[in-house]
Amino acid sequence: MNSELKNIKKLIVSNSLELDCGKIIKNFPVAYETYGVLNQNKNNAILAFHALTGDQFCTNINPITKREGWWTTAVGPGKAIDTNKYFVICANVMGGCMGSYGPKEINPETNKLFGTTFPVITIKDMVNCQKYLIDYLGIKKLLAVIGGSMGGMQVLQFASLYPDMSYSAIPIACSASHSAQNIALNELGRQAIMADPNWKKENSNPDKGLAVARMAAHITYLSKKGLQEKFGRKLQDRKSLKFSFDADFQIESYLRYQGATFVDRFDANSYLYITRAMDYFDLEKQFNGNLSLAFKNTKSKFCVISFSSDWLYPTIENKEIVIALNACGANVGFVEINSDKGHDSFLLNVPEFLKTVSEFLNSTYNEIKK
Amino acid sequence: MKKEFEVIAKIIKNNKRVLDIGCGDGTLMEHLKINQQNDVRGLEPKKDLVQKCIAKGLPVIEGDAEKELIQFPEKSFDYVVLSQTLQAFLRPEEVLNQLLRIGRQTIISIPNFGYWKVRIHLLFKGTMPVTKNLPNEWYNTPNLHMCTILDFVNFCKNKNIKIDKSMCLTNEKISEITVKNIKYKNIFSQLGIFLVE
Repeated sequence: MNSELKNIKKLIVSNSLELDCGKIIKNFPVAYETYGVLNQNKNNAILAFHALTGDQFCTNINPITKREGWWTTAVGPGKAIDTNKYFVICANVMGGCMGSYGPKEINPETNKLFGTTFPVITIKDMVNCQKYLIDYLGIKKLLAVIGGSMGGMQVLQFASLYPDMSYSAIPIACSASHSAQNIALNELGRQAIMADPNWKKENSNPDKGLAVARMAAHITYLSKKGLQEKFGRKLQDRKSLKFSFDADFQIESYLRYQGATFVDRFDANSYLYITRAMDYFDLEKQFNGNLSLAFKNTKSKFCVISFSSDWLYPTIENKEIVIALNACGANVGFVEINSDKGHDSFLLNVPEFLKTVSEFLNSTYNEIKK
Repeated sequence: MKKEFEVIAKIIKNNKRVLDIGCGDGTLMEHLKINQQNDVRGLEPKKDLVQKCIAKGLPVIEGDAEKELIQFPEKSFDYVVLSQTLQAFLRPEEVLNQLLRIGRQTIISIPNFGYWKVRIHLLFKGTMPVTKNLPNEWYNTPNLHMCTILDFVNFCKNKNIKIDKSMCLTNEKISEITVKNIKYKNIFSQLGIFLVE
Protein backbone atom coordinates (compact mmCIF):
# COMPACT_ATOMS: atom_id res chain seq x y z
CA MET A 1 0.00 0.00 0.00
CA ASN A 2 2.76 2.43 0.91
CA SER A 3 4.65 2.01 -2.35
CA GLU A 4 1.49 2.98 -4.25
CA LEU A 5 1.11 6.01 -2.02
CA LYS A 6 4.39 7.35 -3.38
CA ASN A 7 2.98 7.49 -6.89
CA ILE A 8 -0.01 9.69 -6.18
CA LYS A 9 -0.09 13.29 -7.41
CA LYS A 10 0.99 15.78 -4.82
CA LEU A 11 1.41 19.52 -4.74
CA ILE A 12 3.85 20.74 -2.13
CA VAL A 13 2.61 24.17 -1.11
CA SER A 14 5.59 26.37 -0.37
CA ASN A 15 3.53 29.36 0.77
CA SER A 16 2.98 29.66 4.47
CA LEU A 17 -0.57 29.21 5.65
CA GLU A 18 -1.90 30.29 9.00
CA LEU A 19 -4.35 27.70 10.28
CA ASP A 20 -7.46 28.68 12.24
CA CYS A 21 -5.79 27.36 15.38
CA GLY A 22 -2.99 29.92 14.94
CA LYS A 23 -0.26 27.55 13.82
CA ILE A 24 1.60 28.54 10.66
CA ILE A 25 2.51 25.74 8.28
CA LYS A 26 4.75 25.66 5.22
CA ASN A 27 5.81 23.15 2.58
CA PHE A 28 2.82 20.93 3.15
CA PRO A 29 1.47 18.36 0.68
CA VAL A 30 -1.92 18.45 -1.03
CA ALA A 31 -2.59 15.08 -2.68
CA TYR A 32 -4.98 15.26 -5.60
CA GLU A 33 -6.32 13.60 -8.70
CA THR A 34 -7.86 15.00 -11.87
CA TYR A 35 -10.20 13.52 -14.45
CA GLY A 36 -10.99 14.76 -17.94
CA VAL A 37 -9.19 17.54 -19.80
CA LEU A 38 -8.94 21.22 -18.96
CA ASN A 39 -10.14 23.14 -22.03
CA GLN A 40 -8.26 26.05 -23.63
CA ASN A 41 -10.38 28.71 -21.97
CA LYS A 42 -9.89 26.93 -18.65
CA ASN A 43 -13.56 27.31 -17.85
CA ASN A 44 -14.65 23.69 -17.56
CA ALA A 45 -13.04 22.85 -14.22
CA ILE A 46 -15.08 21.44 -11.38
CA LEU A 47 -13.66 21.11 -7.89
CA ALA A 48 -15.30 18.20 -6.07
CA PHE A 49 -14.89 18.14 -2.31
CA HIS A 50 -14.99 14.80 -0.54
CA ALA A 51 -16.79 13.91 2.66
CA LEU A 52 -15.48 12.53 5.97
CA THR A 53 -14.05 9.24 4.75
CA GLY A 54 -13.51 10.04 1.08
CA ASP A 55 -10.29 10.82 -0.74
CA GLN A 56 -9.05 12.31 -4.02
CA PHE A 57 -9.96 9.21 -6.02
CA CYS A 58 -13.57 10.08 -6.69
CA THR A 59 -14.03 7.79 -9.67
CA ASN A 60 -12.46 4.82 -11.48
CA ILE A 61 -10.58 2.27 -9.41
CA ASN A 62 -8.81 3.75 -6.41
CA PRO A 63 -5.15 2.71 -6.95
CA ILE A 64 -4.55 2.36 -3.22
CA THR A 65 -7.65 0.54 -2.01
CA LYS A 66 -8.33 -1.17 -5.38
CA ARG A 67 -12.01 -0.34 -4.92
CA GLU A 68 -14.30 1.88 -6.93
CA GLY A 69 -13.95 5.61 -6.28
CA TRP A 70 -16.44 7.05 -3.79
CA TRP A 71 -18.39 9.05 -6.39
CA THR A 72 -18.26 6.66 -9.33
CA THR A 73 -22.05 7.00 -9.62
CA ALA A 74 -21.75 10.70 -10.43
CA VAL A 75 -18.31 11.28 -11.94
CA GLY A 76 -17.10 9.76 -15.20
CA PRO A 77 -17.53 9.80 -18.97
CA GLY A 78 -21.20 10.41 -19.82
CA LYS A 79 -22.17 10.64 -16.16
CA ALA A 80 -23.78 13.58 -14.31
CA ILE A 81 -20.37 15.16 -13.79
CA ASP A 82 -19.24 14.26 -17.26
CA THR A 83 -15.48 13.89 -17.56
CA ASN A 84 -15.79 14.00 -21.36
CA LYS A 85 -16.88 17.60 -20.93
CA TYR A 86 -15.51 18.77 -17.64
CA PHE A 87 -12.14 18.75 -15.92
CA VAL A 88 -12.79 17.33 -12.46
CA ILE A 89 -10.36 18.06 -9.64
CA CYS A 90 -10.51 16.31 -6.32
CA ALA A 91 -8.04 16.71 -3.46
CA ASN A 92 -7.54 14.75 -0.30
CA VAL A 93 -8.56 17.10 2.52
CA MET A 94 -6.08 18.41 5.02
CA GLY A 95 -6.21 15.99 7.95
CA GLY A 96 -6.93 13.10 5.60
CA CYS A 97 -4.87 9.95 5.17
CA MET A 98 -4.35 9.68 1.43
CA GLY A 99 -1.23 11.78 1.06
CA SER A 100 -2.30 15.27 2.12
CA TYR A 101 -0.99 17.05 5.20
CA GLY A 102 -2.47 14.92 7.97
CA PRO A 103 -1.77 12.95 11.15
CA LYS A 104 -0.48 10.00 9.11
CA GLU A 105 2.33 12.11 7.63
CA ILE A 106 5.82 12.60 9.02
CA ASN A 107 6.31 15.78 11.01
CA PRO A 108 9.40 17.33 9.36
CA GLU A 109 10.37 18.98 12.66
CA THR A 110 10.57 15.75 14.62
CA ASN A 111 10.88 13.18 11.82
CA LYS A 112 8.14 11.22 13.54
CA LEU A 113 4.54 10.56 12.58
CA PHE A 114 2.30 13.45 13.53
CA GLY A 115 -0.36 11.28 15.15
CA THR A 116 -2.14 13.31 17.79
CA THR A 117 0.51 16.03 17.69
CA PHE A 118 -1.12 17.15 14.44
CA PRO A 119 -2.82 20.56 14.83
CA VAL A 120 -6.59 20.71 15.07
CA ILE A 121 -7.76 21.85 11.67
CA THR A 122 -11.00 23.33 10.32
CA ILE A 123 -13.10 23.27 7.18
CA LYS A 124 -11.66 26.68 6.35
CA ASP A 125 -8.11 25.28 6.53
CA MET A 126 -9.15 22.45 4.20
CA VAL A 127 -10.58 24.91 1.70
CA ASN A 128 -7.59 27.24 1.84
CA CYS A 129 -5.29 24.33 0.99
CA GLN A 130 -7.32 23.42 -2.04
CA LYS A 131 -7.31 27.01 -3.24
CA TYR A 132 -3.52 26.67 -3.67
CA LEU A 133 -4.14 23.66 -5.87
CA ILE A 134 -6.56 25.60 -8.10
CA ASP A 135 -4.00 28.40 -8.43
CA TYR A 136 -1.29 25.87 -9.23
CA LEU A 137 -3.43 24.36 -11.97
CA GLY A 138 -3.76 27.84 -13.47
CA ILE A 139 -7.51 28.09 -13.08
CA LYS A 140 -8.85 31.60 -12.50
CA LYS A 141 -12.49 30.65 -12.15
CA LEU A 142 -14.04 27.23 -11.66
CA LEU A 143 -17.18 26.13 -13.44
CA ALA A 144 -18.45 24.64 -10.19
CA VAL A 145 -17.59 23.66 -6.67
CA ILE A 146 -19.58 20.62 -5.58
CA GLY A 147 -19.75 18.27 -2.64
CA GLY A 148 -22.05 16.40 -0.30
CA SER A 149 -22.00 16.24 3.49
CA MET A 150 -18.63 17.60 4.67
CA GLY A 151 -17.98 18.23 0.97
CA GLY A 152 -20.99 20.53 1.01
CA MET A 153 -19.60 22.41 3.98
CA GLN A 154 -16.43 23.00 1.98
CA VAL A 155 -18.56 24.28 -0.91
CA LEU A 156 -20.18 26.83 1.42
CA GLN A 157 -16.86 27.84 2.93
CA PHE A 158 -15.26 28.16 -0.49
CA ALA A 159 -18.14 30.27 -1.83
CA SER A 160 -17.85 32.51 1.20
CA LEU A 161 -14.05 32.88 1.11
CA TYR A 162 -13.78 33.22 -2.66
CA PRO A 163 -17.01 34.89 -3.85
CA ASP A 164 -15.87 35.24 -7.46
CA MET A 165 -13.87 32.06 -8.04
CA SER A 166 -16.64 29.76 -9.19
CA TYR A 167 -19.50 30.25 -11.62
CA SER A 168 -21.63 27.92 -9.58
CA ALA A 169 -21.81 26.14 -6.24
CA ILE A 170 -23.63 22.92 -5.45
CA PRO A 171 -23.82 22.16 -1.73
CA ILE A 172 -25.52 18.80 -1.20
CA ALA A 173 -26.99 17.30 1.99
CA CYS A 174 -25.09 19.57 4.33
CA SER A 175 -25.42 22.31 6.88
CA ALA A 176 -23.95 25.76 7.49
CA SER A 177 -23.31 24.92 11.12
CA HIS A 178 -22.93 21.48 12.59
CA SER A 179 -25.91 20.55 14.77
CA ALA A 180 -25.76 19.31 18.36
CA GLN A 181 -26.98 15.91 17.16
CA ASN A 182 -24.15 15.66 14.65
CA ILE A 183 -21.51 16.78 17.15
CA ALA A 184 -22.89 14.12 19.51
CA LEU A 185 -22.64 11.41 16.88
CA ASN A 186 -19.08 12.43 15.99
CA GLU A 187 -18.12 12.41 19.65
CA LEU A 188 -19.47 8.87 19.91
CA GLY A 189 -17.11 7.83 17.12
CA ARG A 190 -14.13 9.59 18.64
CA GLN A 191 -14.73 8.08 22.06
CA ALA A 192 -14.95 4.61 20.50
CA ILE A 193 -11.49 5.16 18.98
CA MET A 194 -9.99 6.61 22.15
CA ALA A 195 -11.43 3.79 24.25
CA ASP A 196 -9.44 1.26 22.22
CA PRO A 197 -6.32 0.36 24.25
CA ASN A 198 -4.29 0.33 21.02
CA TRP A 199 -4.97 3.97 20.33
CA LYS A 200 -2.04 5.34 22.39
CA LYS A 201 0.33 2.45 21.73
CA GLU A 202 3.04 3.04 19.18
CA ASN A 203 2.97 0.98 16.00
CA SER A 204 -0.49 -0.34 16.61
CA ASN A 205 -3.86 0.74 15.32
CA PRO A 206 -7.08 1.10 17.27
CA ASP A 207 -8.89 -1.07 14.72
CA LYS A 208 -11.67 -2.14 17.06
CA GLY A 209 -12.43 1.40 18.09
CA LEU A 210 -12.33 2.72 14.55
CA ALA A 211 -14.58 -0.12 13.36
CA VAL A 212 -17.16 0.68 16.05
CA ALA A 213 -16.99 4.37 15.09
CA ARG A 214 -17.63 3.43 11.48
CA MET A 215 -20.50 1.10 12.40
CA ALA A 216 -22.25 3.79 14.42
CA ALA A 217 -21.68 6.39 11.72
CA HIS A 218 -22.86 4.08 8.99
CA ILE A 219 -26.28 3.77 10.63
CA THR A 220 -26.64 7.53 10.48
CA TYR A 221 -26.02 7.52 6.74
CA LEU A 222 -29.04 5.31 6.10
CA SER A 223 -32.73 5.73 6.84
CA LYS A 224 -35.00 3.67 9.05
CA LYS A 225 -37.16 2.76 6.08
CA GLY A 226 -34.14 1.86 3.94
CA LEU A 227 -32.71 -0.36 6.67
CA GLN A 228 -36.06 -2.03 7.27
CA GLU A 229 -36.57 -2.76 3.60
CA LYS A 230 -33.05 -4.01 2.97
CA PHE A 231 -32.54 -6.04 6.14
CA GLY A 232 -35.73 -6.24 8.18
CA ARG A 233 -35.22 -9.02 10.73
CA LYS A 234 -33.54 -11.32 8.21
CA LEU A 235 -31.06 -13.79 9.72
CA GLN A 236 -27.48 -14.20 8.55
CA ASP A 237 -26.77 -17.68 7.08
CA ARG A 238 -28.91 -19.40 9.69
CA LYS A 239 -32.46 -20.58 10.04
CA SER A 240 -33.01 -19.66 13.68
CA LEU A 241 -31.57 -17.50 16.44
CA LYS A 242 -28.40 -18.94 18.00
CA PHE A 243 -28.94 -17.57 21.53
CA SER A 244 -25.52 -15.97 21.44
CA PHE A 245 -23.93 -12.64 20.60
CA ASP A 246 -22.84 -13.73 17.16
CA ALA A 247 -24.17 -11.73 14.24
CA ASP A 248 -27.54 -13.47 14.06
CA PHE A 249 -29.11 -10.70 12.04
CA GLN A 250 -28.06 -9.62 8.57
CA ILE A 251 -27.87 -6.01 9.67
CA GLU A 252 -25.33 -6.94 12.35
CA SER A 253 -23.21 -8.83 9.89
CA TYR A 254 -23.45 -5.97 7.41
CA LEU A 255 -22.31 -3.39 9.96
CA ARG A 256 -19.44 -5.61 11.14
CA TYR A 257 -18.31 -5.94 7.56
CA GLN A 258 -18.51 -2.17 7.07
CA GLY A 259 -16.41 -1.65 10.20
CA ALA A 260 -13.84 -4.31 9.34
CA THR A 261 -13.22 -3.12 5.80
CA PHE A 262 -13.05 0.52 6.84
CA VAL A 263 -10.03 0.05 9.12
CA ASP A 264 -7.99 -1.25 6.18
CA ARG A 265 -8.29 2.02 4.36
CA PHE A 266 -8.64 4.70 7.00
CA ASP A 267 -6.52 6.18 9.75
CA ALA A 268 -8.05 6.49 13.22
CA ASN A 269 -6.38 9.83 13.93
CA SER A 270 -7.60 11.23 10.62
CA TYR A 271 -11.07 10.23 11.77
CA LEU A 272 -10.60 12.20 14.98
CA TYR A 273 -9.28 15.31 13.24
CA ILE A 274 -11.76 15.40 10.40
CA THR A 275 -14.81 14.86 12.60
CA ARG A 276 -13.50 17.66 14.82
CA ALA A 277 -13.24 19.97 11.82
CA MET A 278 -16.87 19.19 10.98
CA ASP A 279 -17.97 19.93 14.55
CA TYR A 280 -16.14 23.25 14.55
CA PHE A 281 -17.83 24.28 11.33
CA ASP A 282 -20.15 27.19 11.98
CA LEU A 283 -20.32 29.55 9.04
CA GLU A 284 -23.00 31.57 10.76
CA LYS A 285 -20.70 32.27 13.67
CA GLN A 286 -17.90 33.31 11.29
CA PHE A 287 -20.23 36.16 10.34
CA ASN A 288 -21.44 37.09 13.80
CA GLY A 289 -24.64 35.12 13.63
CA ASN A 290 -25.78 36.37 10.24
CA LEU A 291 -25.34 33.60 7.69
CA SER A 292 -26.44 35.73 4.76
CA LEU A 293 -23.37 37.95 5.28
CA ALA A 294 -21.28 34.87 4.42
CA PHE A 295 -22.61 35.12 0.87
CA LYS A 296 -22.97 38.89 0.60
CA ASN A 297 -20.47 39.27 -2.24
CA THR A 298 -21.03 35.95 -3.94
CA LYS A 299 -21.15 35.89 -7.72
CA SER A 300 -21.83 32.15 -7.82
CA LYS A 301 -25.07 30.60 -8.88
CA PHE A 302 -26.20 28.11 -6.23
CA CYS A 303 -28.08 24.86 -6.49
CA VAL A 304 -28.82 23.47 -3.03
CA ILE A 305 -29.94 19.84 -2.87
CA SER A 306 -31.27 17.82 0.06
CA PHE A 307 -32.81 14.35 0.42
CA SER A 308 -36.18 13.58 1.97
CA SER A 309 -34.96 10.72 4.17
CA ASP A 310 -31.69 12.32 5.31
CA TRP A 311 -31.96 12.76 9.07
CA LEU A 312 -28.27 13.59 9.56
CA TYR A 313 -28.39 16.76 7.44
CA PRO A 314 -32.15 17.16 7.09
CA THR A 315 -33.87 19.34 4.52
CA ILE A 316 -34.55 22.02 7.10
CA GLU A 317 -30.82 22.60 7.64
CA ASN A 318 -30.21 22.79 3.91
CA LYS A 319 -33.08 25.20 3.64
CA GLU A 320 -31.42 27.54 6.11
CA ILE A 321 -28.65 27.95 3.55
CA VAL A 322 -31.26 28.76 0.90
CA ILE A 323 -32.93 31.32 3.17
CA ALA A 324 -29.59 33.01 3.86
CA LEU A 325 -28.81 33.11 0.14
CA ASN A 326 -32.21 34.57 -0.64
CA ALA A 327 -31.81 37.17 2.07
CA CYS A 328 -28.75 38.57 0.31
CA GLY A 329 -30.29 38.32 -3.14
CA ALA A 330 -28.02 35.53 -4.38
CA ASN A 331 -28.96 33.40 -7.37
CA VAL A 332 -30.23 30.20 -5.77
CA GLY A 333 -32.25 27.15 -6.72
CA PHE A 334 -33.24 24.44 -4.29
CA VAL A 335 -34.78 21.01 -4.56
CA GLU A 336 -35.40 18.21 -2.07
CA ILE A 337 -34.96 14.87 -3.81
CA ASN A 338 -37.28 12.03 -2.78
CA SER A 339 -35.20 9.06 -1.70
CA ASP A 340 -35.39 6.32 0.95
CA LYS A 341 -31.62 5.96 1.00
CA GLY A 342 -30.92 8.50 3.73
CA HIS A 343 -27.85 10.72 3.86
CA ASP A 344 -25.93 8.32 1.62
CA SER A 345 -28.29 9.18 -1.26
CA PHE A 346 -25.75 11.58 -2.73
CA LEU A 347 -23.27 8.72 -3.20
CA LEU A 348 -25.77 6.24 -4.60
CA ASN A 349 -27.61 5.81 -7.84
CA VAL A 350 -30.53 8.17 -7.24
CA PRO A 351 -31.56 9.12 -10.79
CA GLU A 352 -33.49 12.30 -9.94
CA PHE A 353 -30.51 13.62 -8.02
CA LEU A 354 -27.98 12.81 -10.73
CA LYS A 355 -30.27 14.31 -13.34
CA THR A 356 -30.55 17.55 -11.37
CA VAL A 357 -26.78 17.84 -11.00
CA SER A 358 -26.18 17.03 -14.65
CA GLU A 359 -28.73 19.53 -15.95
CA PHE A 360 -27.68 22.30 -13.59
CA LEU A 361 -24.04 21.92 -14.63
CA ASN A 362 -25.03 21.74 -18.25
CA SER A 363 -27.10 24.93 -18.16
CA THR A 364 -24.35 26.76 -16.25
CA TYR A 365 -21.71 25.64 -18.74
CA ASN A 366 -23.88 26.66 -21.70
CA GLU A 367 -24.41 30.09 -20.18
CA ILE A 368 -20.73 30.84 -19.65
CA LYS A 369 -19.75 29.52 -23.08
CA LYS A 370 -21.93 32.19 -24.71
CA MET B 1 -46.50 31.34 -24.12
CA LYS B 2 -50.07 31.91 -23.07
CA LYS B 3 -51.76 35.28 -23.46
CA GLU B 4 -51.92 35.90 -19.72
CA PHE B 5 -48.10 35.70 -19.51
CA GLU B 6 -47.79 38.09 -22.45
CA VAL B 7 -49.88 40.62 -20.54
CA ILE B 8 -47.83 40.12 -17.37
CA ALA B 9 -44.53 40.36 -19.26
CA LYS B 10 -45.66 43.61 -20.85
CA ILE B 11 -46.34 45.15 -17.44
CA ILE B 12 -42.83 44.25 -16.24
CA LYS B 13 -40.09 46.67 -17.24
CA ASN B 14 -36.67 45.46 -18.42
CA ASN B 15 -33.71 44.85 -16.09
CA LYS B 16 -35.83 44.44 -12.96
CA ARG B 17 -35.83 41.85 -10.17
CA VAL B 18 -38.83 39.54 -10.43
CA LEU B 19 -40.10 36.78 -8.15
CA ASP B 20 -42.50 34.36 -9.81
CA ILE B 21 -44.56 32.48 -7.24
CA GLY B 22 -45.86 29.16 -8.47
CA CYS B 23 -43.60 29.52 -11.50
CA GLY B 24 -44.50 26.08 -12.88
CA ASP B 25 -42.07 24.95 -15.57
CA GLY B 26 -40.55 28.45 -15.72
CA THR B 27 -42.06 29.57 -19.05
CA LEU B 28 -42.68 33.15 -17.87
CA MET B 29 -39.36 33.33 -16.02
CA GLU B 30 -37.44 32.20 -19.06
CA HIS B 31 -39.17 34.78 -21.23
CA LEU B 32 -38.44 37.55 -18.74
CA LYS B 33 -34.82 36.48 -18.37
CA ILE B 34 -34.03 36.14 -22.06
CA ASN B 35 -36.16 38.86 -23.67
CA GLN B 36 -36.35 41.47 -20.93
CA GLN B 37 -33.04 40.89 -19.10
CA ASN B 38 -34.91 40.56 -15.81
CA ASP B 39 -33.18 39.04 -12.80
CA VAL B 40 -35.68 36.30 -12.03
CA ARG B 41 -36.34 33.97 -9.09
CA GLY B 42 -39.05 31.36 -8.73
CA LEU B 43 -40.89 29.47 -6.04
CA GLU B 44 -42.71 26.26 -6.93
CA PRO B 45 -44.16 23.50 -4.74
CA LYS B 46 -43.94 20.65 -7.29
CA LYS B 47 -40.58 18.85 -7.35
CA ASP B 48 -40.76 17.76 -10.98
CA LEU B 49 -41.43 21.32 -12.12
CA VAL B 50 -38.61 22.67 -9.92
CA GLN B 51 -36.26 20.19 -11.56
CA LYS B 52 -37.42 21.33 -15.01
CA CYS B 53 -36.62 24.92 -14.06
CA ILE B 54 -33.19 24.03 -12.68
CA ALA B 55 -32.47 22.16 -15.91
CA LYS B 56 -33.19 25.39 -17.78
CA GLY B 57 -30.79 27.23 -15.51
CA LEU B 58 -33.54 29.07 -13.67
CA PRO B 59 -33.05 29.75 -9.96
CA VAL B 60 -36.16 28.12 -8.53
CA ILE B 61 -36.73 27.08 -4.95
CA GLU B 62 -38.96 24.19 -4.02
CA GLY B 63 -41.47 25.41 -1.49
CA ASP B 64 -44.94 26.46 -0.54
CA ALA B 65 -45.72 30.18 -0.71
CA GLU B 66 -47.78 30.03 2.48
CA LYS B 67 -44.69 28.98 4.42
CA GLU B 68 -41.76 30.29 2.41
CA LEU B 69 -42.48 33.92 1.69
CA ILE B 70 -41.43 35.17 5.12
CA GLN B 71 -37.79 34.41 4.23
CA PHE B 72 -37.60 37.15 1.60
CA PRO B 73 -36.58 40.59 2.83
CA GLU B 74 -38.83 43.62 2.46
CA LYS B 75 -38.96 45.17 -1.01
CA SER B 76 -36.35 42.73 -2.26
CA PHE B 77 -38.05 42.48 -5.66
CA ASP B 78 -39.33 45.06 -8.10
CA TYR B 79 -42.18 42.75 -9.03
CA VAL B 80 -43.75 39.71 -7.44
CA VAL B 81 -45.94 37.67 -9.76
CA LEU B 82 -48.76 35.39 -8.64
CA SER B 83 -50.65 33.83 -11.50
CA GLN B 84 -54.05 32.27 -10.81
CA THR B 85 -53.07 30.92 -7.42
CA LEU B 86 -54.38 33.39 -4.84
CA GLN B 87 -57.70 31.54 -4.64
CA ALA B 88 -55.94 28.24 -3.90
CA PHE B 89 -54.27 29.33 -0.66
CA LEU B 90 -55.59 28.52 2.78
CA ARG B 91 -55.03 32.13 3.84
CA PRO B 92 -55.01 34.28 0.71
CA GLU B 93 -55.07 37.51 2.68
CA GLU B 94 -51.84 36.65 4.49
CA VAL B 95 -50.16 35.57 1.27
CA LEU B 96 -51.18 38.84 -0.36
CA ASN B 97 -49.76 40.79 2.57
CA GLN B 98 -46.46 38.96 2.12
CA LEU B 99 -46.42 39.71 -1.61
CA LEU B 100 -46.96 43.40 -0.94
CA ARG B 101 -44.19 43.36 1.64
CA ILE B 102 -41.62 41.62 -0.61
CA GLY B 103 -42.34 43.40 -3.87
CA ARG B 104 -42.39 47.05 -4.77
CA GLN B 105 -45.25 46.07 -7.02
CA THR B 106 -47.25 42.88 -7.24
CA ILE B 107 -48.93 41.36 -10.26
CA ILE B 108 -51.88 39.12 -9.44
CA SER B 109 -54.18 37.29 -11.79
CA ILE B 110 -57.41 35.66 -10.71
CA PRO B 111 -59.90 33.44 -12.50
CA ASN B 112 -63.13 35.42 -12.44
CA PHE B 113 -65.97 33.60 -10.68
CA GLY B 114 -68.33 36.30 -11.94
CA TYR B 115 -67.89 35.21 -15.58
CA TRP B 116 -71.27 34.72 -17.22
CA LYS B 117 -70.75 31.04 -18.01
CA VAL B 118 -70.03 30.40 -14.35
CA ARG B 119 -73.14 32.30 -13.30
CA ILE B 120 -75.34 30.48 -15.82
CA HIS B 121 -73.93 27.12 -14.80
CA LEU B 122 -74.88 27.69 -11.18
CA LEU B 123 -78.19 29.40 -12.03
CA PHE B 124 -79.59 26.82 -14.40
CA LYS B 125 -77.77 23.60 -13.61
CA GLY B 126 -77.74 24.24 -9.87
CA THR B 127 -74.33 22.54 -9.54
CA MET B 128 -70.90 24.01 -8.90
CA PRO B 129 -69.54 25.49 -12.12
CA VAL B 130 -67.07 23.55 -14.23
CA THR B 131 -65.61 25.59 -17.09
CA LYS B 132 -62.47 25.71 -19.22
CA ASN B 133 -60.76 27.98 -16.68
CA LEU B 134 -62.22 26.12 -13.68
CA PRO B 135 -61.97 22.53 -14.83
CA ASN B 136 -62.30 20.73 -11.49
CA GLU B 137 -65.30 19.39 -9.60
CA TRP B 138 -66.16 20.84 -6.18
CA TYR B 139 -64.59 17.85 -4.41
CA ASN B 140 -61.20 17.98 -6.10
CA THR B 141 -60.70 21.63 -6.90
CA PRO B 142 -57.57 23.26 -5.47
CA ASN B 143 -59.50 26.52 -5.35
CA LEU B 144 -60.53 27.26 -1.79
CA HIS B 145 -61.37 30.95 -2.03
CA MET B 146 -62.93 31.81 -5.36
CA CYS B 147 -63.70 35.46 -6.00
CA THR B 148 -64.86 37.74 -8.78
CA ILE B 149 -63.09 40.69 -10.34
CA LEU B 150 -65.42 42.96 -8.38
CA ASP B 151 -64.65 41.10 -5.14
CA PHE B 152 -60.94 41.61 -5.64
CA VAL B 153 -61.27 45.30 -6.47
CA ASN B 154 -63.49 45.84 -3.42
CA PHE B 155 -61.02 43.94 -1.28
CA CYS B 156 -58.17 46.19 -2.40
CA LYS B 157 -60.28 49.25 -1.67
CA ASN B 158 -61.04 48.04 1.87
CA LYS B 159 -57.42 47.18 2.58
CA ASN B 160 -56.01 50.38 1.09
CA ILE B 161 -54.15 48.45 -1.57
CA LYS B 162 -53.45 50.70 -4.52
CA ILE B 163 -54.36 49.25 -7.90
CA ASP B 164 -52.03 50.70 -10.53
CA LYS B 165 -53.38 48.74 -13.44
CA SER B 166 -56.31 46.39 -14.02
CA MET B 167 -56.68 44.32 -17.14
CA CYS B 168 -58.97 41.51 -18.11
CA LEU B 169 -58.85 38.67 -20.54
CA THR B 170 -61.65 37.03 -22.48
CA ASN B 171 -61.00 34.43 -25.14
CA GLU B 172 -57.41 35.67 -25.55
CA LYS B 173 -58.54 39.28 -25.91
CA ILE B 174 -57.09 41.86 -23.55
CA SER B 175 -58.86 44.97 -22.36
CA GLU B 176 -58.61 47.45 -19.54
CA ILE B 177 -60.94 47.51 -16.55
CA THR B 178 -62.16 50.99 -15.63
CA VAL B 179 -64.50 52.36 -12.97
CA LYS B 180 -67.18 52.65 -15.62
CA ASN B 181 -66.94 49.21 -17.19
CA ILE B 182 -66.13 47.06 -14.17
CA LYS B 183 -69.67 45.66 -13.73
CA TYR B 184 -69.70 44.69 -17.40
CA LYS B 185 -66.16 43.26 -17.30
CA ASN B 186 -67.10 41.30 -14.19
CA ILE B 187 -69.62 39.41 -16.30
CA PHE B 188 -67.68 39.01 -19.52
CA SER B 189 -64.08 38.38 -18.40
CA GLN B 190 -62.55 35.02 -17.67
CA LEU B 191 -59.48 36.42 -15.98
CA GLY B 192 -58.51 39.58 -14.12
CA ILE B 193 -54.89 40.79 -14.03
CA PHE B 194 -53.94 43.47 -11.52
CA LEU B 195 -50.82 45.45 -10.76
CA VAL B 196 -51.03 46.49 -7.12
CA GLU B 197 -48.83 48.02 -4.42
